[in-house]
Amino acid sequence: MRVEDLVEPFRDRKATLALAERLAVAVTRPTRLMEVCGTHTVAFLRAGLASLVPERLSLIAGPGCPVCVTSASDIATATLLAEQPEVIVTTFGDMLRVPAGGRSLEASRAQGAKVRVVTSPMESLDLARANPGYKVVFLAIGFETTAPSVAATVKEAAVEDVRNYLVFVAHKLIPPAMEALLESGEVAIDGYLCPGHVSAIIGAQAYQPLAEKFRVPCVVTGFEPTDLLEGMCEAAEMVASGEHGVRNQYRRVVRWEGNERARALVDEVFQVADAEWRGLGVIPRSGLMLRNEFARFDARRAFDLSDAPQAADAPGCRCGEVLRGLIAPPQCALFGSICTPESPQGACMVSSEGACRAYYRYGGMEGA
Amino acid sequence: MCLGVPGRVEKVEGTWAEVSYGSVRTRISVALVPEVQPGEFVIVHAGFAIAKVNQEEAEETLRILGELGAS
Repeated sequence: MRVEDLVEPFRDRKATLALAERLAVAVTRPTRLMEVCGTHTVAFLRAGLASLVPERLSLIAGPGCPVCVTSASDIATATLLAEQPEVIVTTFGDMLRVPAGGRSLEASRAQGAKVRVVTSPMESLDLARANPGYKVVFLAIGFETTAPSVAATVKEAAVEDVRNYLVFVAHKLIPPAMEALLESGEVAIDGYLCPGHVSAIIGAQAYQPLAEKFRVPCVVTGFEPTDLLEGMCEAAEMVASGEHGVRNQYRRVVRWEGNERARALVDEVFQVADAEWRGLGVIPRSGLMLRNEFARFDARRAFDLSDAPQAADAPGCRCGEVLRGLIAPPQCALFGSICTPESPQGACMVSSEGACRAYYRYGGMEGA
Repeated sequence: MCLGVPGRVEKVEGTWAEVSYGSVRTRISVALVPEVQPGEFVIVHAGFAIAKVNQEEAEETLRILGELGAS
């Protein structure tokens, strides 16, 4: 097997069309599926699948964009950290331009703050080793997919006793947000397409409790066009037959029990905590914080953040409603008018996985 | 952010590995999948392999897709 064999056949046009036909048969009544994951939203729109989906099927973008759900206050706090003379803030690139109450990391950098873009948490640790005169702070955003990598990095920093490395933890957990959306009852969801790479860590098993509690179909789904269509078929078939529970479409990557080694590392370094989500507010037990044993790496404890600015979203920005699945991006008056990728007003237009950015770039879905 | 790319493991040295994506090669951490061996495939996210690809499952899906594509 070549690495290309894990990509190209999953984009096969004829197989895609055959699955679209199966989907048309499977959707027997109006059906609303939420794709929780921003990577799904982008993959779906980029592959042009909207035109292949029957009208009675609505796909609703959910809160699964880590940059988008990072609270404005956390971003404003990060800008404050970056402005300390002895600090280098390291972050994934999408965070730079997210506006938070008139601030952004990019604006701080333009005024001289030291902000570096990294593609891996290990790169931020390398920067700490190379710059012993500075405190290097990594903005740890991301879901269960990313938290194990950060846990492994913090552990390495602990083993090596790297004393100038700090982590500003803003990790979020997906199943509690899925539960919160169902609990609120604000948005009608007949079934979930569950995020494939989050599930690689937490396992398909992780959705079983909420599938039972809310009697909702959950289908763990991959990211290629045939994956997405097959996941939608399975979810639609479950909806049609009144079945609930968990199915796993992405079996080549996701095991029922997930990656136990990765979860053990996360448990060793982090503990579950309440977390504030943009748009969804504070959700109990939906985030992570460093355990006391690793407190010396905790940027939230190392700096006095008592005068960190409270930041609000730009006036008129409806990012929060987009993240809750209440509106599709084009329903926001700012979308495409004053809010564009060049001059984003909200996080959902900044992140490459934000629903607004994806709709702007690839065109929206009618009827969503 | 939750983007994961399949890569082929070429060489393992402790918790680090060299993976290839077609003609491109990078060095990643395999601390989360320490059992991985050269020749196996992993999903790479943020510089870490987060999962090993199950080749039997992949081949089974490929067989089904092949049938769909041929029909």
